Parts: sequence; structure tokens; C-alpha cells
Amino acid sequence: MSVIFVLIPLLAAIAIFSGVKARITALIASGLILFLGLGSVFCWQADVWSMSFEVLTTPSIHLAMGFYDGISVIMLLLSVIVLYAAILHGGAPEGSERLWYGSSLLIGAGAIGAFLSTDLFFFYAFHELALIPTFLMIGILGKGERKEAAWKITIYLAFGSIVLLAGLLWLVNASGSESWLFKDLLASEIDPSAQKGIAALLIVGFGTLVSLFPFHSWAAPAYASAPTPVAMLHAGVLKKFGLYGLIRFYPMVSEGMQDWLGLLIVLLLGNILWVGFVTINQKRMDTLLGNSSVMHMGYIFLAFAALIEAGSASANTIAIPAAVVLMFAHGISIAMLFCLSDSIQKRTNTLELTELGGLAKAAPKLAFLFGLAGMASIGLPGLANFSGEVLVFLSGFESYKGGPLGCVQVATILALWGVVISAVYMLRAFRGTFQGPAVKNSTGVADLTFMEKMPAMILAAALLIVGLYPNSLLSLLEGCGYQVSSDATEQSDN
Amino acid sequence: MDTLAWLLLALPLLSAATIHLGLKNLQDVSALLSTAVAGVILLITIFLISSETTDVSFSWATLPDIEIEIGLKLDFFAKNMMLVVTGVGFLVHLFSLAYMKEDSAKARYFGALSLFMFSMTGIVLASNFIMMFVFWELVGLSSFLLIGHWYEKESAADAAKKAFLTNRIGDFGFMIGILMLWGIAGGTSAALTFDGISEFFVGKPEYSPFFLGTAVLLIFMGAMGKSAQAPLHVWLPDAMEGPTPVSALIHAATMVAAGVFMMARLYLSIGTETIEALWGVNTIAWIGGITSLLAALMATQQDDIKKILAYSTLSQLGYMVMAVGLLDPNAGMFHLFTHAWFKALLFLGSGAVIYACHHEQNIWKMGDLRSKMPITTVTFFIGTLALCGFPLTAGFFSKEGILEAALHKNMALFLIAAFVACLTTFYMFRLFFIAFLGKNRSEKAGHAKEVGALMLIPLIALTVMALFSGWNPIGAKLSPLHNEFQFHFGPALIASLLSFAIGAFFAWKLYFNAEKDPLADHKIAKIFRNKFYVDEFYAKLITYLQDTVAAIIHFIDELVIGGLLVGGFSRAAGGVGRIFTRMQSGNLQAYASLFGLGVIIVIYLTVFVS
Repeated sequence: MSVIFVLIPLLAAIAIFSGVKARITALIASGLILFLGLGSVFCWQADVWSMSFEVLTTPSIHLAMGFYDGISVIMLLLSVIVLYAAILHGGAPEGSERLWYGSSLLIGAGAIGAFLSTDLFFFYAFHELALIPTFLMIGILGKGERKEAAWKITIYLAFGSIVLLAGLLWLVNASGSESWLFKDLLASEIDPSAQKGIAALLIVGFGTLVSLFPFHSWAAPAYASAPTPVAMLHAGVLKKFGLYGLIRFYPMVSEGMQDWLGLLIVLLLGNILWVGFVTINQKRMDTLLGNSSVMHMGYIFLAFAALIEAGSASANTIAIPAAVVLMFAHGISIAMLFCLSDSIQKRTNTLELTELGGLAKAAPKLAFLFGLAGMASIGLPGLANFSGEVLVFLSGFESYKGGPLGCVQVATILALWGVVISAVYMLRAFRGTFQGPAVKNSTGVADLTFMEKMPAMILAAALLIVGLYPNSLLSLLEGCGYQVSSDATEQSDN
Repeated sequence: MDTLAWLLLALPLLSAATIHLGLKNLQDVSALLSTAVAGVILLITIFLISSETTDVSFSWATLPDIEIEIGLKLDFFAKNMMLVVTGVGFLVHLFSLAYMKEDSAKARYFGALSLFMFSMTGIVLASNFIMMFVFWELVGLSSFLLIGHWYEKESAADAAKKAFLTNRIGDFGFMIGILMLWGIAGGTSAALTFDGISEFFVGKPEYSPFFLGTAVLLIFMGAMGKSAQAPLHVWLPDAMEGPTPVSALIHAATMVAAGVFMMARLYLSIGTETIEALWGVNTIAWIGGITSLLAALMATQQDDIKKILAYSTLSQLGYMVMAVGLLDPNAGMFHLFTHAWFKALLFLGSGAVIYACHHEQNIWKMGDLRSKMPITTVTFFIGTLALCGFPLTAGFFSKEGILEAALHKNMALFLIAAFVACLTTFYMFRLFFIAFLGKNRSEKAGHAKEVGALMLIPLIALTVMALFSGWNPIGAKLSPLHNEFQFHFGPALIASLLSFAIGAFFAWKLYFNAEKDPLADHKIAKIFRNKFYVDEFYAKLITYLQDTVAAIIHFIDELVIGGLLVGGFSRAAGGVGRIFTRMQSGNLQAYASLFGLGVIIVIYLTVFVS
């Protein structure tokens, strides 16, 4: 059944490319899966959702989809919410509606496919599928230095994908499992000697896709150039594929990961502190947001580092929920920021921070929503990102029982300084754009229209619900949804 | 009963949400709704104080091994603190109805005020540290919104940003401290709650004094941010850019006192006997003492009526922190309690003056307000007396408690505290002589009229509290910690009386009927006037340290990481790309092909190799 989450956008995209009205079709398709996705939250454990049929016998590859556990549900939720908001935001240039909406749907379908696949082959292939329209959209319909940005993201992500592919193939090989199904793979054990190499390839491969330092410099220019729905979908949803993958396959290489803990901590602090400073120095809203999204990936890696240090998800039960909540929160908040910064540009024709100012006077609703999204992204309590971040910090101190601090605790403390850094750049951007006396660019502009407000409102609602009551998401990770937490041997029962 | 307590949180939140979502265009309805809610929660608080209550909670974030709850701790300490918050809060709402009558964004103002009441309630009633941190940052947000209420003004927007960022630095330490304390106390769900912490530390001395001491100091960093202790004090004077009633409520009576409240809560949970043995905790009393001294010196040379009061607030907060640091949270909280009333009175009084003088804030352009605004003058004078610790006013009793504490624990701090008391009388009488007595010195002040009843009622109510809130049994029953003032005739009392007399004498000598400040050209006075150049120093620090470092890192990032490191790889791949470029439509096909290639490799390897 869960294949419909892929089929609906896929068929809609095909319909659009073959001539059906673009925007309305895309809206119906994404609205439908949003509706189904929200509904599935209440009954995702039912058997009807999973399906599996063998497409190849040696090796045994299945077109298998379903909710592997609660993490998949949360990733699906994130995908359908951001996809709907991205489609609703629209903004296709005259004459390119087909490519615009068709590609957006394809990216959405690919991301959902990856999150719902319960077979390694399709998990990988769906992500690749989603990347192709991403590059095309940046290359054809992007803004500014689009060719260069498209080329850069292609090179980096191709590099990441190929390293990842090598890692995954090695993983399958070393596991000795006949089938590529998650449950069979996770039930098998990998020789510790092979784990180290596989873990390295997974960290670099998945890491590049998530803009792990120092493989991050594709992200900011790509998001700045990308058409808004693509920036929303990639930064918000597709990028989470790498983190999702790391969490998913972590139990198979938990020992091998231990060897890379120190290095990973250095890299994630690179994301938080190094890129944090890079973000402070940005002079444009779009590159600032792009860099901030790179920076915040560091916090999710921090939860992952806490998980590695503990050795298994049952030894640190906070780490995975922390990472998942933050993935969701970050996806929603960055999509909202990209969506609203596009609305700013439409009004002022510029995103140079020095040319902006006093926009709140003419566009108070825009200022309010942008402020809300900005505050969410810097971890203000009451909004979703804080719920994730506070759990990340707790997970970092999970192993601390008094006495001297361990390396993960020191990393957590340094990462906490990042909370100050992000407040610095976000408040500067907000102060510069919306407050102070109105400058020429922002005088007499119109406030957000109802249709422009809608996507931001949907995203804001998600931020508020998870922020005010994180159990709304955490409850999905309870019980059997918590498979990753148990040891690999227990996996076979599932 | 349970539901009643939850209403303390729910009503202001609902009010804030309703105003923001629906009532933006109904300015007066918003104002009345917010004020009515403030009144109702005051009544609920009074009811709760007079009845037996049990703590309530629900689970906010549930994980297999740990649960974070939102809980209301309804003990004597919290309930009486709520009385300060809702009492001053309601009066400030009333005052605001008049003060903000003409403001075009009245709805936004009252919405933020409700948000503040919600957040502050959360801090006071929090049952655990995570919840306290949540609301801690939310009061920061409401403070940000209210300081920046007139955001078109550069100075207001900058002040709002500065307040938020300075507090974030404090919160950085606060969060580390919370995490460390949680680990030391066992890392369980209970170890996050105040009850669990006290259970853990009582009769269980096997912790390291170094690490627990570090944790306490880090938690204190949060208090340094919120209660504006040096060196994180710089945001509070700038926060005066907000509307004056806000300064009274948030930046004098309640929010800035949250740091003291939190430290008292922490000390009570861990136990002062345990705290005493810890590493480095004396620092806290010293930071309080130094802040009170520096701020009092700066206050002596300010000309803006609100700035004088702001530095005075800093100085009094320093007193409170010092008392808590000297392991006497009772004295600190008692001063917090009395100070809330008389400082709110002084701020609202200055608001009335500013309102009457058409937004003139320079005391040298006022003068002779006594004859124009007699009632305001009387209330302001009583507030001044209370702040200066004049015998039998509220401030007298609470300041006495602090001096006693210092006398018994630390002679140096006692001398500082006595000198600060002297300075307090000096700068407050300076203000009073210049602004309210003497001759009228500007047209704006000449046209001043007594303010209306809506402003006078809160002033009079606060005057009553400024006079009597220190007396037994009022002080004992209503102050957040039981405090029955014990009258000692000794050095503390003599110091208190003497410093009042000396301060008042010098103020009279220098400023009674003065036309301009006789100290204005003095070298040392200039240093006080320029706040010891701390703000300038920070501005340089930010430019040279943060911004320059950011620029250098950005440069290296683009050049090395973006350019050479992975760029080399990119150039190699670019060679491959050139092959694609030869094809008609160039790069686009290259992107697609390269990625198609990935899929093809998978298919090839899986189907043919294995």
C-alpha cells in the first residue's frame, strides 16, 4: 500500500509532462499524499502498508516498501508536508510550469521512495532518482550563477553517491546476506575487520550528501541558485536521506564506527563552529540560509556521535529520537525560511543584506512568519528545533555521571556555543531586513497574500506542534517503532 | 484546584495567541483582553496562596529511559513569587492602558505583554530545569519583542538584539550547567527536577566539589545573563528603549529578578550546607558585589531618568545576587520582593513623568515637577526613600537583611554594600532634586500636567507596597521565603543609617537647586558617565574578534575547502564533463548522465558481478 506515496506524485509528474495542467495536478497529487500521510500516522503499524515482491533472484532484490519503523513515518511526514508547501509556494516562471512542477513532484517521489524502501537497492536508487531533477532544475531554472552551482552540487553529490555505493556494496557483501531487504541485512553480522572500512565509506558517502564538513561547500551556492521549491525540497527533505541512512545501517557497523568517533567529532564541530563563522560573514540572505542549514547538520551528527560512543541505541536511548526530531524540525524550518526569503526577493528584488531594511513596516505578516522560522532555526523553545536540540544535548551528556568530561561532552559544550553563533547571524539578518527605518527597496511593498501565506502557515503549524509538545513526534518512535534501538540479534524477530 | 493552577499558564498564552492571530486590528479589545487576563491570574494566585496545593505535571517528552515533564511546583516559594509577578504585572497592564493609548501597535504590545506573563509564570512554577530553561528563553523572546516595540528606531532594534544575544551567552553556560548537574545527580528523569535534585544531594555527600561547583557556576552564568550581572550587564541599560511600563515590569521587577529566583531555587534544592563546601562558589557573591558597586557608580552620572533607574536596578540586582552568593537566599529573595514593588513604582513614576513631559527623558530638562504633578511627586519620593532604605520603608528592612548577611560572612563585601547604599541615596536624591524640585528648565516640562487616574491608581497601589511590604507580618507572609525581620542594633544598622545620611547630604550639597551638573567635567565622573567604556570595549571585541575571524574563516573556506581541496577533484571530473559538453546541449546532459551512471553501476554490479 505504501507504494501509493510514490506512485501518486510519480504518475502526476508523468501526467504533467504529457500535457495535463501543471499546477492544479501537482496540488491535487501533493495534497492527496499529505492527507494520506497525516492519516497513516494513526495506523502505520497495520500490515496493509507493507509490500514486497522480488524483482531479481540472485542477488535477491525486492521492490519492498513500508514503514520499517517510526523513523520512516516521521520522514514520510516531513516529506509530504514540505512537498505540499513547496508545490503550493509555486512561483514557476512563465512557460516552464511543466518542468517546475513535474520536477518538484519527482524529487518528492524519490525522497519518499527512499524513506519508505525496505530494500537497500531501492533505498539507494530512489535517492539517485530524486537527485537528477534536482540538478536539472538548478541548471535550467536556477538564479544567479546557476551553471556553476549546478555543476558543483553534481560533482560533490556524484562523489558522495559513488563512495556511498561502494560502502553499501561492501556492506552487503560482508554481511553474507542473500537478500537486500533491510530486515535480512540487519539480522546478519559483519566481521569487525570489515566494519571499519565500511563505516568510513558510509560516513564519507552519506556525509557528503548531508554536507558534512569539509564536503559542504556545494550546499550554500546550490541552495542560493536553486528554484525555491527545489531548495525547500532538497535542504528540507532529500538531504535527510544521508542521516536517515546512517541511522538505519548503524547497527550493522556499530563497532567499526567506534574507530571514527574522534574524526567524526572533529568534522561535526567543523560544521557547527567553522561553518558557523562562515555564516556570520555572509552578506546575502540566501547564502546565509544555505550555510546555516549546513551548520545545523552538525547537531544531528552530534547525536549520532553520542550514539557511536554509547555503542548501541539501547545504551543511549536519547540519541536516535534526538536526531530524528531535529531532522524533522530542521527540514520544516529551513523549507519555511527558503520559502519566505523568496517572498522577500519578490518584493525587494534583492537579497543583499545591505540593501534591505525596515521591511516589517510594509509587510508585518512576512516579518512575523520569517521571525518565527528564524527563531525556530536558532532553537527557540516552543518551536520544533529546540525539542530536537535539547534532546541532542541530553544525549551528549547521557554517559556523563560526574567527574571529568568525555570527548562527546566536550563536543556538546562546543556545539552549544554554536547556539550563540546562530543567534548572532539570524538576529543580524532579521534586524537588517525587517527592522530599522524602511529603505527604498522595502517602502510601499505589499504584504504576503493569502496564497503566499498558506505554505508558511502549514510549516509554522508543524513547528509549533512539535515544539510545544514533542511527544507528538516521539510517540511515533515508541515500542516497535524503535527497532534500531535493539541489538542486531533481536532484529531477526521483526 | 489542578485546573486552576494550569490556568495560570493557559490564560496568558491564549490571550497572546488570540491577540496575535485574530485581534491585531482590534486594538482596544486586545488591550482589555490582556489586562483582564492579568487581573484573573492575579486573583487565581491569591486564591492558590491561601489554599493547600499539590504539584501537577504532564509528560512533555517521553523516551525509554528518560522523561521530561512540564510540571507546576506549587510551593510557598513559587506561589509567593507568582504574587510579585501577577501583582506588578496587573498594575503595569493598567498603567499601560493609559500610557500606550495613542500607540498604533497597541495590540502587538499587549500581545507581547501576555506572552511575557505566560513565560514568566513558567519560570516561577517550573518543576524542573529543562522546563525552566524553556521559559527562560521565552521571557527572553518577549523581552526582545517589547524592547524592540518601536523597531523602526535603530536604537530600539539594536537594543533588542543586544538583549537577546547577551542573554544567549548566559544561556550557553546555563545549559552546560544543567547538563552537568543532571549527570552528577545520576542522569535520571528525577535528576532534572528540583525535587529529585534535593533528594539526591541531601545526605549523600559523595560528589566531587570541583565538578558540582563548576556546574553551579555555569548555571549561574544563566543568572548573569538574565539578571544582568557584570560582565553581561550591558544589555539592561539599553533595554530602556522599550516602552516605560515594560521597563517597570520586565526590566526592573520580575524578569531580571529571575536569575536571583533561579539561584535561590538551586541553592534550596542542593542545600546551602552542600553548596558551602563547593569549589568557586564565592565568586557568585563577588560578582554580585562588584556589579552593585560598578552600576551604582555609573548611575551617579546619568542624565536620562530611565537610565538612572536602570543602573540602580543593576546595582540592586547585584545586592540580591550577593546575598544569595553569601548563602543567604532568604535575604536575597526578601530584597527581590520589596525591590519589585518600589522599583516598579519608580519606573512607572518615571513613565508618568515622561508621558507628562512629552517624551522628555533628560532630568536636566525637567525641574519643578512637584508643583505640576504633586501626586506623582509624592509617590516617586516614597519610592526613592524605599530604594534608599529609609527607616521603616520596605527597602529598609530588606537592605538591612543583606547588610547583616554580608557583615557575618564577608567584611570586604559588607563595606562595598555599605558604600553602595551611600551611592544609592546620592544618585536617587540627585535625580529627585533635579527633576522634581528646583526651577523648571524646559518648555516641555513647563506644560506638564498631572496624569490621569488610570496611571495614578497603580502608582498609589505600589506606594502602599513600597511603604509596608517589608513589615511583619506582611513581609513574612508574602515574601517568597519566610522572612521575619529580626531587629538587631549593630554595625549593619549603623552603616545603613549613616550611608543614607551621607548620601543625602552630598546630593543636597551638590544638586539642590543646581542648574547644571557640577561634576560634569570631572575626569573620574566622565568614566562613570561612559560606563567604564565597557560597551565600547565589547563593540571592538565583536568587530575585531568575531567579525574578523569570521571573515578569515570564510575566506579560507572558499579558497581551500571550496577551491583547492575538493576543487581538484572537481577539475578532474570537469575533464570528464568536457566530453559531455561536446554534445549538443552541454552540461545538462552531463548532470543527468553522471547520475544515471550511478544507477547504471548499481544495476551492473548487482546483476552481473555478484
